[in-house]
Amino acid sequence: MREISAKLITRTVRDLCMQAACDLPEDVEALIAAGLEKEESQFGKYSLEKILKNVKLARIEHAPMCQDTGMTVVFVEVGQEARIVEGDLTEAINEGIRQGYEEGYLRKSVVKDPVFDRKNTGDNTPGVIHMKIVPGDRVKIEVLPKGAGSENMGAVKMCKPAEGVDGVKEFIINSITQAGGNPCPPVIVGVGIGGTMDKCTLLAKKALARKAGEPNPNPAYAEMEAELLERINKLGIGPQGFGGKVTALAVHIETYPTHIAMMPVCVTLNCHAARHKEAIL
Amino acid sequence: MTNIKKLSTPLTFDQIKDLKAGDQVTITGVIYSARDAAHKNMVDALKENKPLPIDVEGQIIYYAGPTPAKPGKVIGSCGPTTSGRMDAFSPEMMEQGLKGMIGKGPRSKAVIDSMKKNGAVYFAAIGGAAALIADTIKKVDIVAYEELGPEAIRRMEVKDYPCIVAVDSEGNDLYQIGVEKYRVEV
Repeated sequence: MREISAKLITRTVRDLCMQAACDLPEDVEALIAAGLEKEESQFGKYSLEKILKNVKLARIEHAPMCQDTGMTVVFVEVGQEARIVEGDLTEAINEGIRQGYEEGYLRKSVVKDPVFDRKNTGDNTPGVIHMKIVPGDRVKIEVLPKGAGSENMGAVKMCKPAEGVDGVKEFIINSITQAGGNPCPPVIVGVGIGGTMDKCTLLAKKALARKAGEPNPNPAYAEMEAELLERINKLGIGPQGFGGKVTALAVHIETYPTHIAMMPVCVTLNCHAARHKEAIL
Repeated sequence: MTNIKKLSTPLTFDQIKDLKAGDQVTITGVIYSARDAAHKNMVDALKENKPLPIDVEGQIIYYAGPTPAKPGKVIGSCGPTTSGRMDAFSPEMMEQGLKGMIGKGPRSKAVIDSMKKNGAVYFAAIGGAAALIADTIKKVDIVAYEELGPEAIRRMEVKDYPCIVAVDSEGNDLYQIGVEKYRVEV
């Protein structure tokens, strides 16, 4: 058994939270820059220029690129040959979030009850933590700070199998049309198809963590991603919803086997500030 | 977009009438940040016939909740939040004299109708360009609802804050005009 200290987990999560808020992944930045080359609308170009300037400024000044530093989604893969010592893993992650948001001067945006007592917890905890046990003796931690502007525009549909691929595409396109300028386009579209209702939402969120623009390894889904991206960019929404040709930067589809009677689909959106950092311990 | 209109607060009737959807502007003067919880508190106060914590007559509300200021800075990153969540509250604020709103994303028909009736304007800033925008905010004071943390109402002195007229006082809506222009039927 390889031992990994809970304190190391905390320090890692803290650092990832602070880095993610200020340092946009270069794959996302490259897609925004490519979007600027394609964009024709004057307001679209204006928006993309400001966005790219902001990305660079945030990186240099270690300032959050967006004031919504998100609710912290954490994907953890724990190798079954690894043992967490000196503390509780969930608490170690939340302590990392607490420290990262305090020391990084990040906004605390979590309220303790969704309906009755919407009081800010003051430290951005708890995070939304997804754990998975995997082979090996490593621990992989991915931090995705998820802003609400884009998260609010996600949607789930329990499609009927008879709706087929066209039904799935229509639901995805309709979701983007409904979202319009709200989720801070250009967006990255995460799609989860299959499993159960809960499984497809998790797949969609995992799809957002994929390297931006990388196609699904299955050629049928890769083709579907490319077709959807083209159709979305014909909707005219454009950067910030001001009208234009660049509404989405990428469509990522993740799938899972499902029930004979089901075809669940989840669409989750990430704004252009598609923040993501990971570490392997 | 070469001709940038320079605005100063509070907005005057003549300034507002001159603004058209798609105009690029900069704002200098005082604006007030308020978002979800602050709006709910204010509208609740009005229902109970209590005064608002700020006089909104002729003022601009900025839908924003900043990150904490680092030492030596007046504010952290401070871009606009999604305005649509304030749609339920905005008409009542305009009835109280509010003349300008800054946020991001489209507004409801009810808000646009109220803007036409009350002669108000909606400005869009670039969502997610929060570090860049923060440089235009020169002084910040919390003036109400301090307990709300990032959602407290802040009085902000801004200089050349950049934004675009998204919906003008005649109801012209850049979000509709722009999207129609670039939509390709398939």
